Amino acid sequence: MAERYSSFQQGGTMWLLQRLTAAFLVVVLSFHFFLLHFVHHADEVSFLMSAGRMETWSYYSLMILFLLTATFHGVNGVYNALINQGLSGTKRTVIKWTLILASVILIVQGIRTANAWAGIPLY
Amino acid sequence: MSQSYNRGLIEDFSRWREFSAGMWAWIFHKFTGWVLVGYLFTHIAVLSTAIPAAGQEAAVLQAGDDVYTQTIVTLEELLLVRILEVGLLAVAVFHILNGTRLLLVDLGIGLESQDKSFYASLILTGAITVASVPTFIAGAF
Repeated sequence: MAERYSSFQQGGTMWLLQRLTAAFLVVVLSFHFFLLHFVHHADEVSFLMSAGRMETWSYYSLMILFLLTATFHGVNGVYNALINQGLSGTKRTVIKWTLILASVILIVQGIRTANAWAGIPLY
Repeated sequence: MSQSYNRGLIEDFSRWREFSAGMWAWIFHKFTGWVLVGYLFTHIAVLSTAIPAAGQEAAVLQAGDDVYTQTIVTLEELLLVRILEVGLLAVAVFHILNGTRLLLVDLGIGLESQDKSFYASLILTGAITVASVPTFIAGAF
């Protein structure tokens, strides 16, 4: 078998999830940039405009899914880059849990922000 | 048993002359990945100003005097922020295009032309970035 050029475990769930989130993010990140820079413009941003978008159920759920997949893909990417640099042992465990904690904080803060716009009282 | 491929330390910049197209693609993907994940945390932090803004009076929101609108407007008035946004676009476009290339490579598609598809990613990133400059700078002056 040919040599594998990856720091992921072969056939691992994380490997697959990194690719599935990648495929999703290619589409949604492009949409995000296009909508918020080309359809709407950076100098026209206002709370009410952002709220108007987020009050739509389909947009809200897409943005929550965007937050979850981007956080997973980004943080898992950082973790794998560090493993590739030789991170191992106790350091690896500490970094892993630090990254998980950072992800949880980011996701909670992102959902609170989306809820503030959507008019959902939980924020 | 899976086995990692030892690429050596890429941060040892004196090695750059040895690098092939695939190695550069890997370095650029890694670099743009670090930038994007750093930006993700910054982005959510800035957007979080919407949380206190949601509690402000309807008239304040209508006038755009709330803390969220004011934060974004102030940032977007800075030319430096606009230039950084163009940089962010370049980084995101490259990561998207090269990421698509990687997904195809993972599926075994176009393995023989992986160097050409890397060059295509670079050229397309440059073209899209340059074409987007007017939109990104609009209203900054």
